[in-house]
Amino acid sequence: MGWPMRKGSSISLAAIVAIVAGALLVSASTEPTVKVAPMDSVGPREVEDQTRTSIIRDYLAGWKAMDAAFSQNRPDLLDSAFVGKAREKLTGTIQEQQKLGIETSYQAESHDIKVVFYSPDGLSIQLLDNVVYEVNVKKQGQSIGTSHVSTRYVTVLSPTETKWKVRIFQGGTQ
Amino acid sequence: MTRWITFWWAIAILLAGLASAQELRVPAKVEAGTAFSVPTSGSGDAMLYIIGPGDALERKVHLGEEIAFEADDLHNAGHYLAILSGSASQSTQFDVVASNQPASLSFFAKPSRLAVNRPNGISGVTYIFDVFGNLVLKPEEISFRLSDATGGVQSHNATSRDGVAWVQLNSAPKAGPAHFEASLSGVQATRIVQEVPGEPCSIRMTAKPSKDQRVLLQTDPVRDCNGNPVPDGTIVSFTERHEGRVSTVDVPLKRSVAETELPAVSGATITVASGVVLGNEIRWGGR
Repeated sequence: MGWPMRKGSSISLAAIVAIVAGALLVSASTEPTVKVAPMDSVGPREVEDQTRTSIIRDYLAGWKAMDAAFSQNRPDLLDSAFVGKAREKLTGTIQEQQKLGIETSYQAESHDIKVVFYSPDGLSIQLLDNVVYEVNVKKQGQSIGTSHVSTRYVTVLSPTETKWKVRIFQGGTQ
Repeated sequence: MTRWITFWWAIAILLAGLASAQELRVPAKVEAGTAFSVPTSGSGDAMLYIIGPGDALERKVHLGEEIAFEADDLHNAGHYLAILSGSASQSTQFDVVASNQPASLSFFAKPSRLAVNRPNGISGVTYIFDVFGNLVLKPEEISFRLSDATGGVQSHNATSRDGVAWVQLNSAPKAGPAHFEASLSGVQATRIVQEVPGEPCSIRMTAKPSKDQRVLLQTDPVRDCNGNPVPDGTIVSFTERHEGRVSTVDVPLKRSVAETELPAVSGATITVASGVVLGNEIRWGGR
Protein backbone atom coordinates (compact mmCIF):
# COMPACT_ATOMS: atom_id res chain seq x y z
CA MET A 1 0.00 0.00 0.00
CA GLY A 2 1.13 3.49 -0.71
CA TRP A 3 -0.19 6.98 -1.11
CA PRO A 4 -2.90 7.17 -3.88
CA MET A 5 -1.39 8.95 -6.88
CA ARG A 6 -2.65 10.26 -10.21
CA LYS A 7 -0.50 10.24 -13.36
CA GLY A 8 0.06 13.99 -13.24
CA SER A 9 1.21 13.89 -9.65
CA SER A 10 3.64 11.05 -10.38
CA ILE A 11 5.30 13.24 -13.01
CA SER A 12 5.47 16.10 -10.52
CA LEU A 13 6.97 13.81 -7.92
CA ALA A 14 9.58 12.58 -10.39
CA ALA A 15 10.44 16.17 -11.20
CA ILE A 16 10.77 17.03 -7.49
CA VAL A 17 12.95 13.95 -6.89
CA ALA A 18 15.14 14.97 -9.82
CA ILE A 19 15.43 18.54 -8.55
CA VAL A 20 16.25 17.40 -5.02
CA ALA A 21 18.78 14.87 -6.30
CA GLY A 22 20.33 17.54 -8.50
CA ALA A 23 20.50 19.96 -5.60
CA LEU A 24 22.11 17.31 -3.44
CA LEU A 25 24.67 16.56 -6.14
CA VAL A 26 25.47 20.24 -6.50
CA SER A 27 25.79 20.70 -2.75
CA ALA A 28 27.84 17.52 -2.47
CA SER A 29 30.23 18.78 -5.11
CA THR A 30 30.93 21.96 -3.11
CA GLU A 31 31.62 20.09 0.13
CA PRO A 32 35.29 19.45 0.82
CA THR A 33 36.59 15.92 1.04
CA VAL A 34 37.54 15.13 4.61
CA LYS A 35 40.04 12.53 5.76
CA VAL A 36 40.53 12.00 9.47
CA ALA A 37 43.38 9.94 10.93
CA PRO A 38 42.47 7.40 13.63
CA MET A 39 42.40 8.92 17.11
CA ASP A 40 43.15 5.75 19.09
CA SER A 41 46.69 6.76 20.01
CA VAL A 42 46.04 10.44 20.72
CA GLY A 43 47.15 11.32 24.21
CA PRO A 44 47.33 11.92 27.01
CA ARG A 45 43.53 11.72 27.32
CA GLU A 46 41.47 9.21 25.39
CA VAL A 47 39.21 10.80 22.79
CA GLU A 48 35.67 9.58 23.44
CA ASP A 49 33.45 8.63 20.48
CA GLN A 50 31.16 11.61 20.92
CA THR A 51 34.15 13.95 21.08
CA ARG A 52 35.62 12.46 17.89
CA THR A 53 32.47 13.30 15.98
CA SER A 54 31.86 16.73 17.45
CA ILE A 55 35.45 17.95 17.21
CA ILE A 56 35.59 17.33 13.46
CA ARG A 57 32.08 18.69 12.88
CA ASP A 58 32.81 21.89 14.82
CA TYR A 59 36.23 22.40 13.23
CA LEU A 60 34.79 22.09 9.71
CA ALA A 61 32.01 24.48 10.72
CA GLY A 62 34.80 26.90 11.62
CA TRP A 63 36.02 26.94 8.01
CA LYS A 64 32.52 27.65 6.76
CA ALA A 65 32.08 30.41 9.33
CA MET A 66 35.41 31.92 8.30
CA ASP A 67 34.46 31.83 4.62
CA ALA A 68 31.10 33.48 5.35
CA ALA A 69 32.63 36.13 7.62
CA PHE A 70 35.47 37.03 5.23
CA SER A 71 33.37 37.03 2.07
CA GLN A 72 30.75 39.30 3.66
CA ASN A 73 33.11 41.25 5.93
CA ARG A 74 30.98 40.33 8.94
CA PRO A 75 33.06 39.53 12.05
CA ASP A 76 29.88 38.53 13.93
CA LEU A 77 29.70 35.39 11.78
CA LEU A 78 32.86 34.16 13.50
CA ASP A 79 31.17 33.99 16.89
CA SER A 80 29.57 30.61 16.29
CA ALA A 81 32.90 28.87 15.78
CA PHE A 82 35.80 30.96 17.13
CA VAL A 83 36.83 32.27 20.55
CA GLY A 84 39.83 33.91 22.15
CA LYS A 85 42.96 34.66 20.14
CA ALA A 86 41.60 33.11 16.94
CA ARG A 87 38.49 35.28 16.97
CA GLU A 88 40.46 38.42 17.85
CA LYS A 89 42.92 37.92 14.99
CA LEU A 90 40.32 37.02 12.38
CA THR A 91 38.14 39.93 13.46
CA GLY A 92 41.12 42.27 13.09
CA THR A 93 41.72 41.05 9.55
CA ILE A 94 38.08 41.50 8.55
CA GLN A 95 38.23 45.06 9.87
CA GLU A 96 41.30 45.64 7.69
CA GLN A 97 39.46 44.18 4.71
CA GLN A 98 36.56 46.56 5.34
CA LYS A 99 38.91 49.55 5.31
CA LEU A 100 40.48 48.41 2.04
CA GLY A 101 37.19 47.48 0.35
CA ILE A 102 38.30 43.89 0.00
CA GLU A 103 36.37 40.64 0.42
CA THR A 104 37.92 37.19 0.36
CA SER A 105 36.38 33.77 0.05
CA TYR A 106 38.02 30.64 1.38
CA GLN A 107 36.54 27.56 -0.30
CA ALA A 108 37.99 24.44 1.27
CA GLU A 109 38.44 21.58 -1.18
CA SER A 110 39.98 18.96 1.08
CA HIS A 111 41.00 18.44 4.68
CA ASP A 112 43.45 15.84 5.93
CA ILE A 113 43.04 16.05 9.71
CA LYS A 114 45.09 14.51 12.48
CA VAL A 115 44.31 15.06 16.14
CA VAL A 116 47.65 15.25 17.95
CA PHE A 117 46.87 16.27 21.52
CA TYR A 118 43.95 16.04 23.92
CA SER A 119 44.76 17.61 27.27
CA PRO A 120 44.43 15.54 30.48
CA ASP A 121 41.76 17.95 31.78
CA GLY A 122 39.76 17.71 28.54
CA LEU A 123 39.89 21.48 28.07
CA SER A 124 41.83 21.65 24.84
CA ILE A 125 42.33 19.52 21.79
CA GLN A 126 44.85 20.19 19.07
CA LEU A 127 44.67 19.11 15.47
CA LEU A 128 46.78 19.48 12.35
CA ASP A 129 45.05 19.87 9.03
CA ASN A 130 46.72 19.60 5.64
CA VAL A 131 44.12 21.63 3.84
CA VAL A 132 43.62 22.58 0.20
CA TYR A 133 41.49 25.60 -0.56
CA GLU A 134 40.71 28.20 -3.16
CA VAL A 135 41.06 31.86 -2.24
CA ASN A 136 39.28 34.50 -4.27
CA VAL A 137 40.08 38.12 -3.48
CA LYS A 138 37.69 40.85 -4.59
CA LYS A 139 38.13 44.59 -4.50
CA GLN A 140 34.91 46.56 -4.79
CA GLY A 141 33.22 43.43 -6.10
CA GLN A 142 35.80 42.77 -8.84
CA SER A 143 38.07 39.75 -8.57
CA ILE A 144 41.71 40.82 -8.30
CA GLY A 145 43.18 37.39 -7.76
CA THR A 146 42.45 33.75 -7.24
CA SER A 147 44.84 31.21 -5.81
CA HIS A 148 44.88 27.54 -5.11
CA VAL A 149 46.46 26.98 -1.71
CA SER A 150 47.84 23.87 -0.08
CA THR A 151 49.10 24.40 3.45
CA ARG A 152 48.92 23.15 7.01
CA TYR A 153 46.82 24.59 9.81
CA VAL A 154 47.50 24.10 13.49
CA THR A 155 44.29 24.45 15.43
CA VAL A 156 43.40 24.28 19.10
CA LEU A 157 39.77 23.92 20.10
CA SER A 158 38.24 24.20 23.53
CA PRO A 159 34.79 23.22 24.77
CA THR A 160 32.14 25.88 25.31
CA GLU A 161 28.58 25.49 26.60
CA THR A 162 27.29 23.60 23.58
CA LYS A 163 30.14 22.95 21.19
CA TRP A 164 33.87 23.03 20.58
CA LYS A 165 35.20 26.35 19.37
CA VAL A 166 38.46 27.23 17.65
CA ARG A 167 40.79 29.09 20.01
CA ILE A 168 44.03 28.99 18.00
CA PHE A 169 43.98 28.93 14.19
CA GLN A 170 47.34 29.27 12.53
CA GLY A 171 48.30 28.42 8.96
CA GLY A 172 51.65 27.86 7.33
CA THR A 173 54.76 26.05 8.45
CA GLN A 174 57.23 27.03 11.13
CA MET B 1 54.05 45.98 -47.34
CA THR B 2 51.03 46.08 -45.01
CA ARG B 3 52.05 42.66 -43.67
CA TRP B 4 55.53 43.93 -42.79
CA ILE B 5 54.11 46.94 -40.95
CA THR B 6 51.76 44.70 -38.95
CA PHE B 7 54.64 42.32 -38.13
CA TRP B 8 56.92 45.09 -36.82
CA TRP B 9 54.07 46.61 -34.79
CA ALA B 10 53.49 43.23 -33.16
CA ILE B 11 57.21 42.93 -32.34
CA ALA B 12 57.23 46.45 -30.87
CA ILE B 13 54.19 45.73 -28.67
CA LEU B 14 55.73 42.46 -27.48
CA LEU B 15 59.01 44.17 -26.57
CA ALA B 16 57.15 46.94 -24.75
CA GLY B 17 55.21 44.30 -22.85
CA LEU B 18 58.39 42.50 -21.87
CA ALA B 19 59.94 45.75 -20.71
CA SER B 20 57.08 46.45 -18.35
CA ALA B 21 56.55 42.80 -17.29
CA GLN B 22 55.82 42.48 -13.58
CA GLU B 23 57.65 40.03 -11.46
CA LEU B 24 56.99 39.42 -7.79
CA ARG B 25 59.62 37.76 -5.64
CA VAL B 26 58.40 37.44 -2.03
CA PRO B 27 60.53 35.46 0.48
CA ALA B 28 58.99 32.02 1.01
CA LYS B 29 59.13 32.52 4.78
CA VAL B 30 59.09 35.69 6.86
CA GLU B 31 59.48 35.81 10.64
CA ALA B 32 56.65 37.66 12.33
CA GLY B 33 57.54 41.20 13.27
CA THR B 34 60.63 41.47 11.09
CA ALA B 35 61.23 43.91 8.27
CA PHE B 36 61.52 42.50 4.78
CA SER B 37 61.47 43.73 1.22
CA VAL B 38 60.03 42.55 -2.05
CA PRO B 39 61.91 43.42 -5.22
CA THR B 40 59.79 44.07 -8.30
CA SER B 41 60.61 44.41 -11.93
CA GLY B 42 58.91 46.08 -14.84
CA SER B 43 57.71 49.62 -15.02
CA GLY B 44 54.62 51.61 -14.19
CA ASP B 45 52.39 51.60 -11.15
CA ALA B 46 50.57 48.69 -9.55
CA MET B 47 48.88 47.73 -6.29
CA LEU B 48 50.27 45.02 -4.05
CA TYR B 49 47.89 43.16 -1.76
CA ILE B 50 49.02 40.89 1.07
CA ILE B 51 46.01 38.81 2.01
CA GLY B 52 45.47 36.02 4.52
CA PRO B 53 43.25 35.15 7.48
CA GLY B 54 45.85 36.86 9.69
CA ASP B 55 46.14 40.21 7.93
CA ALA B 56 45.16 42.30 4.93
CA LEU B 57 47.49 44.99 3.51
CA GLU B 58 47.46 47.16 0.42
CA ARG B 59 50.47 49.04 -1.03
CA LYS B 60 50.80 51.27 -4.06
CA VAL B 61 54.04 50.28 -5.79
CA HIS B 62 56.24 51.58 -8.57
CA LEU B 63 57.33 48.56 -10.52
CA GLY B 64 61.06 48.18 -10.70
CA GLU B 65 61.47 49.46 -7.16
CA GLU B 66 61.79 47.48 -3.97
CA ILE B 67 58.78 47.37 -1.65
CA ALA B 68 59.83 47.68 1.97
CA PHE B 69 57.78 46.25 4.83
CA GLU B 70 58.48 47.55 8.32
CA ALA B 71 58.86 45.27 11.35
CA ASP B 72 55.35 46.02 12.54
CA ASP B 73 53.59 45.54 9.20
CA LEU B 74 53.04 41.80 9.30
CA HIS B 75 53.04 40.03 12.62
CA ASN B 76 50.33 37.39 12.54
CA ALA B 77 51.69 33.97 11.61
CA GLY B 78 49.90 32.29 8.73
CA HIS B 79 49.79 31.59 5.04
CA TYR B 80 49.47 34.66 2.83
CA LEU B 81 48.85 35.57 -0.78
CA ALA B 82 50.74 38.42 -2.40
CA ILE B 83 48.82 39.78 -5.35
CA LEU B 84 50.27 42.36 -7.68
CA SER B 85 47.40 44.00 -9.46
CA GLY B 86 48.21 46.17 -12.46
CA SER B 87 48.18 45.82 -16.21
CA ALA B 88 48.77 42.10 -15.69
CA SER B 89 48.03 40.54 -12.33
CA GLN B 90 50.43 38.20 -10.65
CA SER B 91 50.31 36.38 -7.38
CA THR B 92 52.49 34.29 -5.14
CA GLN B 93 52.22 32.71 -1.69
CA PHE B 94 54.37 32.82 1.42
CA ASP B 95 54.32 32.03 5.12
CA VAL B 96 54.71 34.31 8.09
CA VAL B 97 56.11 32.21 10.94
CA ALA B 98 56.08 32.84 14.67
CA SER B 99 58.95 34.77 16.16
CA ASN B 100 61.83 32.62 17.42
CA GLN B 101 61.60 34.17 20.87
CA PRO B 102 58.82 32.82 23.13
CA ALA B 103 57.21 35.66 25.06
CA SER B 104 54.27 34.21 26.98
CA LEU B 105 52.77 30.97 28.19
CA SER B 106 49.13 30.00 28.46
CA PHE B 107 49.33 27.70 31.45
CA PHE B 108 46.39 25.56 32.53
CA ALA B 109 46.81 23.83 35.89
CA LYS B 110 43.95 21.50 36.78
CA PRO B 111 42.26 20.92 39.06
CA SER B 112 42.61 24.07 41.16
CA ARG B 113 41.68 22.08 44.28
CA LEU B 114 42.24 18.40 44.99
CA ALA B 115 42.84 15.95 47.80
CA VAL B 116 46.33 15.12 48.99
CA ASN B 117 48.26 12.07 47.83
CA ARG B 118 46.62 11.62 44.42
CA PRO B 119 49.01 10.02 41.91
CA ASN B 120 49.06 12.05 38.66
CA GLY B 121 46.25 14.10 40.12
CA ILE B 122 47.54 17.46 38.88
CA SER B 123 47.93 18.23 35.20
CA GLY B 124 49.74 21.17 33.67
CA VAL B 125 49.31 22.11 30.01
CA THR B 126 51.11 25.03 28.48
CA TYR B 127 50.87 26.64 25.06
CA ILE B 128 53.82 28.78 23.98
CA PHE B 129 53.31 32.11 22.23
CA ASP B 130 55.55 34.78 20.80
CA VAL B 131 55.12 38.48 21.53
CA PHE B 132 52.45 38.74 18.81
CA GLY B 133 50.34 35.89 20.17
CA ASN B 134 51.47 33.39 17.53
CA LEU B 135 51.84 29.79 18.61
CA VAL B 136 55.55 28.92 18.63
CA LEU B 137 55.69 25.61 16.79
CA LYS B 138 59.39 24.81 17.06
CA PRO B 139 60.28 22.51 19.99
CA GLU B 140 60.99 24.29 23.27
CA GLU B 141 62.09 22.86 26.63
CA ILE B 142 59.52 23.69 29.29
CA SER B 143 60.33 23.27 32.96
CA PHE B 144 57.43 22.38 35.27
CA ARG B 145 57.87 22.75 39.03
CA LEU B 146 55.34 22.00 41.78
CA SER B 147 56.27 23.25 45.27
CA ASP B 148 53.98 22.10 48.08
CA ALA B 149 53.21 23.74 51.40
CA THR B 150 55.94 21.85 53.27
CA GLY B 151 58.67 22.80 50.79
CA GLY B 152 58.61 19.54 48.85
CA VAL B 153 59.29 20.01 45.15
CA GLN B 154 58.49 17.92 42.11
CA SER B 155 60.00 19.04 38.84
CA HIS B 156 59.75 17.75 35.32
CA ASN B 157 61.00 18.96 31.94
CA ALA B 158 58.96 18.46 28.79
CA THR B 159 59.68 19.33 25.17
CA SER B 160 56.89 21.10 23.39
CA ARG B 161 55.42 19.67 20.23
CA ASP B 162 53.47 21.90 17.85
CA GLY B 163 53.43 24.58 20.51
CA VAL B 164 52.19 22.56 23.48
CA ALA B 165 53.86 20.79 26.41
CA TRP B 166 52.21 19.01 29.31
CA VAL B 167 52.89 17.14 32.52
CA GLN B 168 51.07 15.17 35.22
CA LEU B 169 52.26 15.31 38.83
CA ASN B 170 51.21 13.87 42.19
CA SER B 171 49.53 15.90 44.88
CA ALA B 172 51.61 16.18 48.07
CA PRO B 173 50.92 14.19 51.28
CA LYS B 174 50.48 17.39 53.29
CA ALA B 175 47.63 19.80 52.72
CA GLY B 176 48.14 23.44 51.76
CA PRO B 177 48.59 25.69 48.76
CA ALA B 178 51.04 24.42 46.15
CA HIS B 179 52.77 26.70 43.66
CA PHE B 180 52.76 25.22 40.17
CA GLU B 181 55.12 26.93 37.75
CA ALA B 182 55.86 26.49 34.05
CA SER B 183 58.90 28.30 32.65
CA LEU B 184 61.28 28.58 29.74
CA SER B 185 64.06 31.05 28.99
CA GLY B 186 62.89 33.83 31.25
CA VAL B 187 59.19 33.37 30.61
CA GLN B 188 57.13 31.87 33.38
CA ALA B 189 53.59 31.40 34.58
CA THR B 190 52.50 30.31 38.06
CA ARG B 191 49.23 28.87 39.31
CA ILE B 192 48.13 27.97 42.83
CA VAL B 193 46.72 24.52 43.43
CA GLN B 194 44.96 23.99 46.75
CA GLU B 195 45.84 20.56 48.12
CA VAL B 196 43.22 19.68 50.70
CA PRO B 197 42.91 16.79 53.17
CA GLY B 198 41.29 13.63 51.95
CA GLU B 199 38.41 11.72 53.54
CA PRO B 200 38.60 11.07 57.31
CA CYS B 201 40.75 8.06 58.05
CA SER B 202 38.92 7.09 61.25
CA ILE B 203 36.58 8.69 63.78
CA ARG B 204 36.55 8.19 67.51
CA MET B 205 34.00 9.72 69.85
CA THR B 206 33.58 9.90 73.61
CA ALA B 207 30.35 10.34 75.59
CA LYS B 208 29.67 11.89 79.02
CA PRO B 209 26.54 12.85 80.93
CA SER B 210 25.27 16.36 80.48
CA LYS B 211 22.51 18.32 82.19
CA ASP B 212 18.78 17.70 81.64
CA GLN B 213 19.06 13.96 81.04
CA ARG B 214 21.23 14.39 77.95
CA VAL B 215 24.51 12.88 76.83
CA LEU B 216 27.35 15.00 75.42
CA LEU B 217 29.06 13.43 72.41
CA GLN B 218 32.40 14.69 71.13
CA THR B 219 34.82 13.37 68.53
CA ASP B 220 38.59 13.43 68.73
CA PRO B 221 40.16 15.73 66.09
CA VAL B 222 39.24 14.16 62.74
CA ARG B 223 42.17 13.63 60.37
CA ASP B 224 42.79 12.02 56.99
CA CYS B 225 45.11 9.05 56.60
CA ASN B 226 48.10 11.40 56.15
CA GLY B 227 47.44 13.20 59.44
CA ASN B 228 45.96 16.33 57.83
CA PRO B 229 43.03 17.81 59.77
CA VAL B 230 39.82 17.28 57.82
CA PRO B 231 38.40 20.70 56.82
CA ASP B 232 35.91 22.42 59.08
CA GLY B 233 32.39 22.11 57.77
CA THR B 234 32.75 18.42 56.91
CA ILE B 235 29.57 16.76 58.17
CA VAL B 236 29.71 14.17 60.94
CA SER B 237 26.55 12.19 61.73
CA PHE B 238 25.68 10.95 65.25
CA THR B 239 22.94 8.28 65.36
CA GLU B 240 21.12 6.97 68.46
CA ARG B 241 19.07 3.76 68.27
CA HIS B 242 16.79 2.42 70.99
CA GLU B 243 13.92 -0.05 70.76
CA GLY B 244 13.46 0.59 67.04
CA ARG B 245 13.59 4.34 67.29
CA VAL B 246 16.38 6.14 65.44
CA SER B 247 17.54 9.73 65.98
CA THR B 248 20.26 11.27 63.80
CA VAL B 249 22.04 14.59 64.20
CA ASP B 250 24.35 15.99 61.47
CA VAL B 251 27.05 18.27 62.83
CA PRO B 252 29.75 20.19 60.90
CA LEU B 253 33.31 19.89 62.10
CA LYS B 254 34.53 22.93 63.96
CA ARG B 255 38.26 23.13 64.61
CA SER B 256 38.42 19.49 63.47
CA VAL B 257 36.01 18.38 66.20
CA ALA B 258 32.28 17.57 66.05
CA GLU B 259 30.16 17.89 69.18
CA THR B 260 26.46 17.44 69.96
CA GLU B 261 23.98 16.31 72.63
CA LEU B 262 21.42 13.53 72.41
CA PRO B 263 18.82 12.33 74.94
CA ALA B 264 20.43 10.11 77.53
CA VAL B 265 18.43 6.93 77.01
CA SER B 266 19.59 4.00 79.02
CA GLY B 267 20.46 1.06 76.74
CA ALA B 268 20.64 3.18 73.57
CA THR B 269 23.35 2.51 70.98
CA ILE B 270 25.14 5.56 69.61
CA THR B 271 27.26 5.51 66.43
CA VAL B 272 29.26 8.13 64.55
CA ALA B 273 30.12 8.38 60.85
CA SER B 274 31.32 10.79 58.18
CA GLY B 275 30.79 9.93 54.55
CA VAL B 276 31.66 6.27 54.17
CA VAL B 277 33.83 6.17 57.28
CA LEU B 278 32.26 4.61 60.39
CA GLY B 279 33.55 5.46 63.84
CA ASN B 280 33.21 3.67 67.16
CA GLU B 281 29.95 2.60 68.83
CA ILE B 282 28.86 3.42 72.41
CA ARG B 283 26.15 1.72 74.47
CA TRP B 284 24.82 4.30 76.96
CA GLY B 285 24.18 3.13 80.51
CA GLY B 286 23.82 -0.41 79.30
CA ARG B 287 21.73 -2.84 81.23
